[in-house]
Amino acid sequence: MVDHYLLQMRGMSKSYYGTQVLKDIELALKPGEIHAIVGENGAGKSTLMNILFGMSVIHSTGGFEGEIVFEGQRVDITSPQQAMGLGIGMVHQEFMLLPNYTITENIKLNREVLKDNLFSRLFGERLKSLDMQVMNADARRALDSLDVGIEEYVKVAGLPVGHMQFVEIAREIDKTQIKLLVFDEPTAMLAESEAVHLLRAMERITQRGIAILFITHRLDEVMEVAENITVLRDGRLVALKRAAETNIYELAELMVGRKVEKLARRTDKAWDDTMALSLRNLVVDMPGEVVKGLDLDVRKGEILGIGGLAGQGKIGIANGVMGLYPCRGTVLVNGAPLPLNNTPASIQHGLAFLSEDRRGVGLLLDSSTELNIVIPAVHNQDKFLRKFGPFSQLDDAAIRDYALKMIRDLDIRCTGPGQIVRRLSGGNQQKVCIARALALNPDVLFVSEPTRGIDVGAKRLVLEMLVRLNEQGMTIVMTSSELAELRSVCDRIAIVSAGKIAGILQPDDSDVNFGLLMAGQKDRQGATSYV
Amino acid sequence: MYKKITDFIQYFGVARLIILGFFLFLCVMAVALNLDFAELFSSSLVRIGMNGVLVLAMLPAISSGIGPNFGVSLGILAGLIGALMAIELRLDGYVAFFGAIGFALPFAALVGLGYGWLLNRVKGSEMMLATFVGFSAVSVMKIAWLILPFNNPEMAWPIGRGVRVTIALDNRQLAQLLNKTLAFEIGNVVIPTGLLAFFLLCCALMWVFMRTKTGVAMRAAGDNPRFATAAGINVDRHRIIGTVVSTILGAIGILVFAQSYGFLQLYEGPMFMPFVAVAAILIGGASIKKASIAHVIIGTFLFQATLVVAMPVANAFTADMASMAEISRIIIQNGIILYALTQTRGE
Repeated sequence: MVDHYLLQMRGMSKSYYGTQVLKDIELALKPGEIHAIVGENGAGKSTLMNILFGMSVIHSTGGFEGEIVFEGQRVDITSPQQAMGLGIGMVHQEFMLLPNYTITENIKLNREVLKDNLFSRLFGERLKSLDMQVMNADARRALDSLDVGIEEYVKVAGLPVGHMQFVEIAREIDKTQIKLLVFDEPTAMLAESEAVHLLRAMERITQRGIAILFITHRLDEVMEVAENITVLRDGRLVALKRAAETNIYELAELMVGRKVEKLARRTDKAWDDTMALSLRNLVVDMPGEVVKGLDLDVRKGEILGIGGLAGQGKIGIANGVMGLYPCRGTVLVNGAPLPLNNTPASIQHGLAFLSEDRRGVGLLLDSSTELNIVIPAVHNQDKFLRKFGPFSQLDDAAIRDYALKMIRDLDIRCTGPGQIVRRLSGGNQQKVCIARALALNPDVLFVSEPTRGIDVGAKRLVLEMLVRLNEQGMTIVMTSSELAELRSVCDRIAIVSAGKIAGILQPDDSDVNFGLLMAGQKDRQGATSYV
Repeated sequence: MYKKITDFIQYFGVARLIILGFFLFLCVMAVALNLDFAELFSSSLVRIGMNGVLVLAMLPAISSGIGPNFGVSLGILAGLIGALMAIELRLDGYVAFFGAIGFALPFAALVGLGYGWLLNRVKGSEMMLATFVGFSAVSVMKIAWLILPFNNPEMAWPIGRGVRVTIALDNRQLAQLLNKTLAFEIGNVVIPTGLLAFFLLCCALMWVFMRTKTGVAMRAAGDNPRFATAAGINVDRHRIIGTVVSTILGAIGILVFAQSYGFLQLYEGPMFMPFVAVAAILIGGASIKKASIAHVIIGTFLFQATLVVAMPVANAFTADMASMAEISRIIIQNGIILYALTQTRGE
């Protein structure tokens, strides 16, 4: 029986810098099988694939434990080239195509069919010319086997996204020795009809005996094509199910899992109908996190969580409202309309923002801690300045006082207010960002991924701090990829899918409902909406 | 111990160490060759003072994020126009000097605005653009020098139209005006008090400016534009402010330079002056992203003192090759620029 497997991964474990990201993962698939791997962001899907492809990021961080058996042979894959040599191919989420080459050229790149000419006979191999006829015929055959009607001689530039996806796939199946194809979120960029077409193509591919590893979070697609389904959560194998013996709801529940540790806070708040913030038909053009006409109300004094999978648009909301990415729609702050695409106006209206990109947007890495804390307040509210008629000077004493107070209150571990923030740890950098937001004395605080890149202890501190601020009356909108942390501090959690609010849940709603909303399923089982 | 040494080198900068070493080596050579040390020291002080303001012009440019201002020739040209206007009006002494600054300011500010606007279109390749803006402007002004309506015979060609290539400033009591102000001697060393005081005053004013609301916003915009945007700072506007201030300092800088040198140099004169200023601030420890007033002062000192000492030393070795000093100056100067630019590691 063992010999029938095309690929077996046994006891796969991997840690990055002491953090376990994979633990004892088992995976086995037969030729011609479509095997789905589902899980939230950070569940370990990408790491597992990186190991399979021998990516250098794995080997430069100490390798992995476990063994890979391919076609009955134990293999030691140390580079992507070697993986390709074994017959493992990948269809990328982002297209890796040369736009100004034709489809044939893209499919055949670096595997060109060559023929002799005068110069190659004289000067050797490198001067052979391309046999376009054969290449076009090969490309045609690959495209036909996917049932795609596009012409092989058109340039890739300008093709619809769906077609580019098919060109990628055609390139992989044109490789004659291909035995295993990995599809990494292949339908993420596709329209519904294109996605259906793609699933049909996948089934057609498996008829040739090629196995497919299908990585996705669209559970309905999984149910439709996959034979077996592996569910990962937090780097662990949660379940291996036969598609025939499970359903979307069970998968959703397995994917999210109960892992909520509630922080102590009062829950029986009486809400009036005062809205701190109302978003209507918000469209934010943030690359990779597009918001497409979203409506959302934030009650005064609550902690509203915004969750959802990566790329669905949850990150775009705060960035749009703060004017950092082009946005359209209506935003009301305490009932008053907010001018859009105007960061100073957003700050004047009492909004503050902790960016998800702490090092890129959140900090001046080579400036002192105290300067990092005061700059927005200096610029927008004329705080920490001494005025001399039209001239102004930084008020060193006031800045120092405030910085010391913040260092004390937020327990920022640094050698002093003058230390440059690059030298601080991630958790302390985040506290500097919080101190900076507090210097603006905001009514509504947006925090995006507040605990990303922070160790476990500091995570808890940061979350507790947000709860404390909230208890002092600040409305907090917290965007996070970690559902568990949203459920531990939020009053309500809005799940974003495909650029819109899929639904709003209570933190103690069932895992099934969270899982389904995140997977973009509309028919929720007994889910209550609290909009 | 080894770690401490490498940390120190990291902190102090390899480039700075090499130049400092080279400078010390030259000093030893100068002693060995029995050169007049007092004279070398005096002329070092003069060269530091006369170049300092031009180097200072790099500071607002780097701080606001446009990088070393290779286009500071625009400011230099504005300064030269100011000087010509002062001469045309036959102003003398301090009136001429400060008058020239006054005349140059509007030109510098206006040109700086346009130049800043231009630099905002080419974010990421400012240095290349700036260099060629500088070259083009110098070339255009070569024509302008010929046709601008300056008629004072002190600066006109004896025949034909236009102003001369070099114009002596002693007729207008401008030559060494600042150098001689309150100058005194210690032993054989002449201290050009006025010149150094003017440079330090400019530094002090710059220090104050950097701590104003505008200055702080400008620094943030240059340091991390995305941070600045998120803090509600208009990055483009503050880059333009930095460019304007830099251009104005360029105009003042050339006037300080010219009065000490004793001549105005038109036509080719301003072509390569920006490179000297860029090299000095980089060698002072600045990067294309980060600079301080300390970098300006240290850099001007290291760069100019090195050149002052290097030339007689090189001459002593190549007594029969008169042009060697100039050649070695060019090699040293461009070598420093090249080296400093290779040290600009990105984050």
